[in-house]
Amino acid sequence: MTGAWIAVAGVGAATVALKGAGPLLLARRALPRPVAALMPLLAPCLLAALVVSQTVGDGRALVVDARLAGVAAAGVALLLRAPLLVVLGAAAGVAAASRALGLA
Amino acid sequence: MEAGSIIADSARRRGGEARSAHAGVTRGGAARGAHAGVARGGAARGAHDGVAHGARGGEARSAREGVVRGGVAAGARAAAPIAVAAAAFGASFGILARDAGMGVVAPIVMSLTTFAGSAQFAVASVLDSGGAVAAAVAAAVLLNLRYLAIGVSVAPALRGSRSRRLAEAQLATDESWAVSQATGGVDRDRLVGAGLVLLVAWVGGTVAGVLGGSRLGDPADYGLDAMFPALFLALLASQLDSPRTRAAAIAGAVIALALTPLLPPGLPLVVAAGGALLALAVRR
Repeated sequence: MTGAWIAVAGVGAATVALKGAGPLLLARRALPRPVAALMPLLAPCLLAALVVSQTVGDGRALVVDARLAGVAAAGVALLLRAPLLVVLGAAAGVAAASRALGLA
Repeated sequence: MEAGSIIADSARRRGGEARSAHAGVTRGGAARGAHAGVARGGAARGAHDGVAHGARGGEARSAREGVVRGGVAAGARAAAPIAVAAAAFGASFGILARDAGMGVVAPIVMSLTTFAGSAQFAVASVLDSGGAVAAAVAAAVLLNLRYLAIGVSVAPALRGSRSRRLAEAQLATDESWAVSQATGGVDRDRLVGAGLVLLVAWVGGTVAGVLGGSRLGDPADYGLDAMFPALFLALLASQLDSPRTRAAAIAGAVIALALTPLLPPGLPLVVAAGGALLALAVRR
């Protein structure tokens, strides 16, 4: 087996286990109360962290680039209550434009 | 997500400079995509649906049997816009992986089984730069640790046999999980619909990248990398309905921001997920 296949198998098995651990071990069983109280808060918490890491994160660095311009445009679209497609389009369009113009 | 980053380290193109740094062409894009990658694919429309969905929550539950297909279709529709970006980044991954000497079949198998963009980009990137297989695997596992938390949040929504729950849990990506949020937790049907659409896009994109090479261009040139955080932002906006959820969001953002320079890619997101604990101290 080549290195590539070893990596594919190792990462695949680990990911299947990570994704499946909760559903296999917890299903059909009510979550302990503290955990259940936490679940509704996990979404806003992790979503906010994803926004940050994908907007300004780059490896172990924080960078300001076209992604930030795109996300800012999406934020404006959200404030204007634009439909989601418009929000996503604004993000892509502004990010692409600022790259094309060499702004970021 | 987060991770792409790793790759990114090498190839990153901030501003465009680097693109060729590594593997040329797409690499840069890929990198970024990494994060975004795959999965990224998921989520879309949620913001909106989010609301509607929430409102409908009660009735939906009782009508569940009859609505199963409707829920799957709604999830699929919600993921469609992001699936476009996922396909583009899947192609980037395919190109990068092939350049890295992974061959044709292995990258495709990886997209089918791992189905997590950032981790896959990390593996291809490490191998491409001549790194050890163990280092590649370790980086990818780190990047995917957050799926433990996501899996726990998905668990109550899944039904059926163990193998079925295990299989459906694999459809959880950052994006599909995000668009499947409903009142009180994850909606299984939306998760499945969104996950399947994203899987098809991700794997299809990978096949195109592996076979088609670099003719596809860099997804970042089209701003597609900005679509992922924009999606998460839209979904987040639909959730900020109480002091407690707002506190959770602030905690997650601050922790991710503060730890990104300090920890290896992937870990800041895991710690940030723990920020939800802090929010428990805030009144509902």
